[in-house]
Amino acid sequence: MKDQTRLSGLWDWLDERLSLSAIKELALHKRVPMHRHSVWYYVGGMTLFCFLVQIVTGIFLLLYYRPTAEAAFESVEFIMTDVKFGWLIRSIHSWSANLMIFFAFVHMFSVFFMRAYRRPRELTWVSGAFLLFLSMGFGFSGYLLPWNQLAFFATKVGTDILGQIPLIGGWLLTVARGGEDVTGATLTRFFGIHVAVLPMISTFFLLGHLALVQKQGMSVPIGEEYKKCRQMPFIPNFALRDLVGWTLALGILVLLASLFPWELGEKADPLASAPAGIRPEWFFCFMFQTLKYIPGKVLFVNGELLGIIGFGLAGAALVLVPFLDRRAAREEKHKWLPVIGWFAILYIIVFTVLAYVV
Amino acid sequence: MRAQRALFSRKFALWFIAAVVAGLIAWPLHGAGAKTGNSCLDCHIETTQKRLSGPAKNLVNDIHYTKGFGCQDCHGGDPTKGMAEGDPALAHDSAKGFVGSPRPQDVPAFCARCHSDVELMKKYNPKLRVDQLLEYRSSQHGKLLDTGDEKVATCISCHGVHGILPVADTRSPVYRVNVPATCAKCHSNPAYMKPYGIPTDQYALFKSSVHGYELLEKGDLAAPACNSCHGNHGATPPGLTSIAFACGECHANNRDFFNQSPHKDAYAQMNLGECTTCHNHHDIAKPTDSMLGVGEGVLCTRCHSQGDKGYEAAAKMSVELDTLKLTINHAHELLTRAERGGVNARLGKYDLHTADDALIKSRTAIHFFDFDKFHEIASSGITEAQNVITLGEEALWDLRVRQIGLGVTVPIILWVALALYLRIRRMERDKPFA
Repeated sequence: MKDQTRLSGLWDWLDERLSLSAIKELALHKRVPMHRHSVWYYVGGMTLFCFLVQIVTGIFLLLYYRPTAEAAFESVEFIMTDVKFGWLIRSIHSWSANLMIFFAFVHMFSVFFMRAYRRPRELTWVSGAFLLFLSMGFGFSGYLLPWNQLAFFATKVGTDILGQIPLIGGWLLTVARGGEDVTGATLTRFFGIHVAVLPMISTFFLLGHLALVQKQGMSVPIGEEYKKCRQMPFIPNFALRDLVGWTLALGILVLLASLFPWELGEKADPLASAPAGIRPEWFFCFMFQTLKYIPGKVLFVNGELLGIIGFGLAGAALVLVPFLDRRAAREEKHKWLPVIGWFAILYIIVFTVLAYVV
Repeated sequence: MRAQRALFSRKFALWFIAAVVAGLIAWPLHGAGAKTGNSCLDCHIETTQKRLSGPAKNLVNDIHYTKGFGCQDCHGGDPTKGMAEGDPALAHDSAKGFVGSPRPQDVPAFCARCHSDVELMKKYNPKLRVDQLLEYRSSQHGKLLDTGDEKVATCISCHGVHGILPVADTRSPVYRVNVPATCAKCHSNPAYMKPYGIPTDQYALFKSSVHGYELLEKGDLAAPACNSCHGNHGATPPGLTSIAFACGECHANNRDFFNQSPHKDAYAQMNLGECTTCHNHHDIAKPTDSMLGVGEGVLCTRCHSQGDKGYEAAAKMSVELDTLKLTINHAHELLTRAERGGVNARLGKYDLHTADDALIKSRTAIHFFDFDKFHEIASSGITEAQNVITLGEEALWDLRVRQIGLGVTVPIILWVALALYLRIRRMERDKPFA
């Protein structure tokens, strides 16, 4: 009783200064529409959960990681072998990164098929698309940090692709690598990008994304009438369901970390020849594999350049989906859009599998 | 006034730049057409006879020329005379020691005038030996030359002439990697070597050998060339005893162990080459562990047969060597698995180096041809590798404990998820929402 009085006093004190009652009222009155596709709402929450895991485990790794060519590999080795539960933290960080991107893809496609990007949620989609790109940026920059052989050469190949971009390619390559080749300078700047630049930009986009979701509420698929849907209170019903999703995500993470501890490999040796089977992380594989299949020259145009332009345009189209799909704004169904979506999913799966099999 | 001065300065600067540019353009002509003031060079460069112009043209890169030696320092004569007077013969003044081109049998002494002069050589290359002539005289080449055989190699056959490069220069014919090909110019020529009745396949055999591979393919300068065994200037075919001496220069432990072995006296009695009986001469193959043992085609069984002491020792050494290798491999595999799982195996890896060293020593200790001495080294390696296996198993156990720990956590997490789900259902049953 006494504790309750104290808590109530603290609440009043904070409420007076931060107007918490307004937020409380908003949260208590927030409703989530229930329909046969509501289950996809939880994937966004699971992506957010993985992002939070990344922040926490990343901070722990930062305590021991040293971003130089001479010490990076040894410091990760130290984390994995000497730091108490360091192996677990690193394994969780690595698996959580991959799960986050996987959930982000699933979330994006679910929103795409439900066409939840339609007016007035265009900006929510755009911020989400940028968050997906940022996540991939996190993956690309983080892959190099253990400074092992595979990552070193994969980064070499990955940054080589940057150099193919017309006009600014050479400059971009030098900026990305911190010189002409992948060296300790590349590692240091990738570290800076991974732990400072990307988190800062991502936090900005994430807060915007979440604020827009809260502001506009959940969208319902075309054909479902918002008012006819059952309305689930956000607190506690939906929040508890979200918690189930988070718990399941944690279960998957722990299972992966225990069955497949993340390997460290061999220390990068710039003078050694490239190891067999170098490829980027799985979420870049479909692009990597496509570039491999494009012939050197396509009608006098550099094949790789053509591929890069193609993926660039696809990325731009992804961002602009809400503005390209005009029927959605009129709540009309689209004949081809689901076909395009399924084709994209099939394409990503087939080319990713090919990258691992061929 | 100031403007005029400025104009003058600009004009002067332009002329100066033009003069510098013209100078730079004209510079390469200096070498081509300009006279050096040295009659030997001026005359020999201009002549159309290649035999006479070649030496002068090649001299530019010659180590002696770059150190300040001219034609007259070897050939005598007077380079200040001849061209100006319009009579080249004046430079060939025998009163001034002109000797022209020396005959082959005179070449060693010709070079030795400087190269055997301690005081002179000190000034240019204090590290260089000055006993080359003495060595050469003791060599097969030198001895044959003394008999009047002009086909044998002299200094210039190997080092070249008028364009002699330092030994360390990769373009030099006596740079270590180039030595086998230089020797092969004569020694691989059947027609040239016919009068001497010696084989001409040494170069081909050497190229196929482990030494040839290391030196010629990998460019490893620590690998031997012909002169490493046969000597440089004192080149002589090594006799049966001295072959072992030559091998022992690098393979010192093998030599020492062999000298302590029962094979030492036995080979001497049977007139067998110490190293070459098993390893051959020029075609020395990379030694493998399969050379040891008692199986079919194994070296030991060429002389030893079942029931004799050597046969038994070979069998036991082979088994123990295999055991050592297998134990090391197993230890290595365990450590790799542990490391992949993120378990500390560094201490084990460090200890495994000791076992690896023991394996190298064991391979050398085979040359004791004595099981007890071999066993002393090999067994220490096996013990070390077994200790590493224990460490590896402990590390893997740690990994298993981690996996079990996490494996137990998963059902707990799933149970929490299920409990939450049931709680939600109960809550919504008690208080349904619209």
